[in-house]
Amino acid sequence: MKGLPPVLITAIVLVAGFALCALQFPNIASTRVVGNLLTDNAFLGIVATGMTFVIISGGIDLSVGSVIGFTTVFVALAIERWGVPPLVAFVAILALSAAFGAAMGAIIHVFDLPPFIVTLAGMFLARGASFLLSTESVPITAPVYSTVSDFALRMPGGGRLTAIAIIMLAIVIGGVLLLRLTRFGANVYALGGGRATASLMGVAVGKMTVKIYMLSSLLAGIAGIVFSFYTSAGYSLSAVGVELDSIAAVVIGGTLLTGGQGSVIGTFLGVLIQGMIQTYINFDGTLSSWWTKIATGVLLFAFIALQQGLVALARRPAAKRAGAVS
Amino acid sequence: MENSLDPAPSLLEVRGISKSFGAVRALQEVDFTLRAGEIHALLGENGAGKSTLIKVITGVFPRDAGVVRLGGEEVAPRSAKAALQAGIATVYQEVNLLPNLSVAQNLFLDRQPMRFGIVREGEMRRRAKALLTEFGLDIDVAAPLGNYSIAIQHVTAIARAVDLSARVLILDEPTASLDRHEVEILFGIMRQLARRGIGIVFVSHFLDQVYEISDRITVLRNGRLVGERETASLPRLELIRMMLGRELAETTGARAAANDRPPREICASFENYGKAGYVAPFNLELRHGEVVGLAGLLGSGRTETARLVFSAERADGGQAKVEGASVRLQSPRDGVRHGFGYCPEERKTDGIVAELTVRENIVLALQAKRGLHRPLSRREQDELARRYVKMLDIRPPDAERPVGLLSGGNQQKVLLARWLATAPRLLVLDEPTRGIDVGAHAEIIRLIRELCDDGLALLVISSELDEIVTYSDRVVVLRDRAHVEELSGEAIDVTNILAAIAADGAAMQEARA
Repeated sequence: MKGLPPVLITAIVLVAGFALCALQFPNIASTRVVGNLLTDNAFLGIVATGMTFVIISGGIDLSVGSVIGFTTVFVALAIERWGVPPLVAFVAILALSAAFGAAMGAIIHVFDLPPFIVTLAGMFLARGASFLLSTESVPITAPVYSTVSDFALRMPGGGRLTAIAIIMLAIVIGGVLLLRLTRFGANVYALGGGRATASLMGVAVGKMTVKIYMLSSLLAGIAGIVFSFYTSAGYSLSAVGVELDSIAAVVIGGTLLTGGQGSVIGTFLGVLIQGMIQTYINFDGTLSSWWTKIATGVLLFAFIALQQGLVALARRPAAKRAGAVS
Repeated sequence: MENSLDPAPSLLEVRGISKSFGAVRALQEVDFTLRAGEIHALLGENGAGKSTLIKVITGVFPRDAGVVRLGGEEVAPRSAKAALQAGIATVYQEVNLLPNLSVAQNLFLDRQPMRFGIVREGEMRRRAKALLTEFGLDIDVAAPLGNYSIAIQHVTAIARAVDLSARVLILDEPTASLDRHEVEILFGIMRQLARRGIGIVFVSHFLDQVYEISDRITVLRNGRLVGERETASLPRLELIRMMLGRELAETTGARAAANDRPPREICASFENYGKAGYVAPFNLELRHGEVVGLAGLLGSGRTETARLVFSAERADGGQAKVEGASVRLQSPRDGVRHGFGYCPEERKTDGIVAELTVRENIVLALQAKRGLHRPLSRREQDELARRYVKMLDIRPPDAERPVGLLSGGNQQKVLLARWLATAPRLLVLDEPTRGIDVGAHAEIIRLIRELCDDGLALLVISSELDEIVTYSDRVVVLRDRAHVEELSGEAIDVTNILAAIAADGAAMQEARA
């Protein structure tokens, strides 16, 4: 189906990479490591799922890292300082981040502005607002946090599938279904194929734009809550640059940065590849953790080149046709 | 419509439509009638108002005056989408579908069969398959639309439009990028739809196809209705006269007696010059102090010839000489270097830079010719601008005004000035009088004559035959991307040009053989 070849390549890279790692460090091939990998990258998987929708629709969302940061600070302060029950705090922050995304989508559509600029403004806004709330790290000691942190499904081989990993997997599956099976999903692809054409064909482009950015910000809010579970703290400097990590995961997963093609599964594989590189570096012990970034950069280049190659291949017969008739 | 006595009731009635863009009157009191079940060709040269009429009918442009009735009821769609809902669908030459979606999704976007909020993919594919089978297509509807040829994409677009309960189907140049076989398939589908009672508007500049498929023909010229005829009883020559001519009988005598001068030396010559699939090889001599007119229908290869001569397009065969010396024309830079100038037809997109001032537009080509390391001083620029504003009577005479604020005729003059500033030996003008008002029209023609008297060689394209007759010393007639006739002296008149354009291809070849 659509975008399968790039996804297949991503899957092959993941499997081959994992096999290589396992050859060098046999311990990597265990449910324990895999469970940790899922837990460590839970927030990234969630936010990258939202990013996939945005990028397939032909947009980009640079604000998600800041929304995560704001969420952690807001949740920590609400629970620890303002005495709000955790669940109420969660609902409030999710409503807030959804509204934030909807506002960005509306601005993009109504004023016909590039998403890059609007979400860049959103990024500064959310980051600045989190500093306004608190410049210091706020530890969260609420009992619900330790309950959730302790919760885990035992996997064969001693691995732990934590609550936040389960949340991430559920969201990825939900994302796959939403994109593949619903009218909303078809419209996301339609927007990426061409906004003007999609509008001519009856797609309510404005509503779709609002909904897509709302979804992205909402998932960033959930990722923020998950991140606060992961670190048991709220800090205004958390998740700096995560928007770029998630864009990288989306592109490595075979989604076209120009929109119109891609899949959530691919993005999930992209997240796992980044996690795998990180794990390898941890196992090696002598490498600087910055090698993760370098390896991600190299992979990104490779995948962008690969996509351009595929696109050029796909276009060639069409170009020949056009040349023949003109 | 079952109560109507008329065997072919009118389905779409357009009455007295007018539309202006600023000072340009694109449509004036145009009527158009489409009957149910007919294929109606809408013809006219570039700028005749065909696409404006379509866009006004479908609500893309608001209209200034007039009524549109569909099945007797007045409709006034505000957008293409509203027109579609009213039952008027348009399929443009560049297919307005999404190549990244599957064929089935394209057919059913935003109206997919659903169950519990989930698209019933299987059901959607079955329906898509069934729908396309009606149109004689048996393809994998799950594959992306972009994988298929333009012809199949066209048919898909038509199928979608018809399935959206279109009663009027407007096909704008649908055959322009199709091969012969694909055109046959499309025509089969059009006939089948017409039998079902759908009214089809067919816009094309391929006259053979118009005669093959259409029942009636409406011709527009310069935003006005010229006439509506039955295709079967309209001779081709008469049709071309409707499309090109004005009150032709009187114009033959209006020719200026400017061509009695002795022939001058050759400025540039082209031998066997051509490009495969663009223009057939031609021979062309351009002399100093001479105007050569290029006549022919839209798509006959006039602009293509002009672009080859200027070197905007690279020839793949033949020889070019400038002042007797062989030259290689690879890119527009070569053309400019040899003293060629080119005023393209699309002033707005290919010619003027609307945001820059008159002065800046005028010095553009000269500065480019001199190169960046020899900048024109501001004084030289002012001097140039002042000279040409005066010489060409550019109004308002303000060299610091952005060109975009000038009228069409004055924009054209600025373009002319730009090339004149480079002191060219050959100037190519593509439709220099298109879209400018009558007064400016006459002035441009006067300028063309004057420039020519100054020893410039001119190659001028125009759809206005009486205009070409007025200023040309020789006229080259094109048909089907080939030069078919060259007229000079007394032979230049509208009747001869029309005859050359209309001449049946086969008969012509026999005559030559």
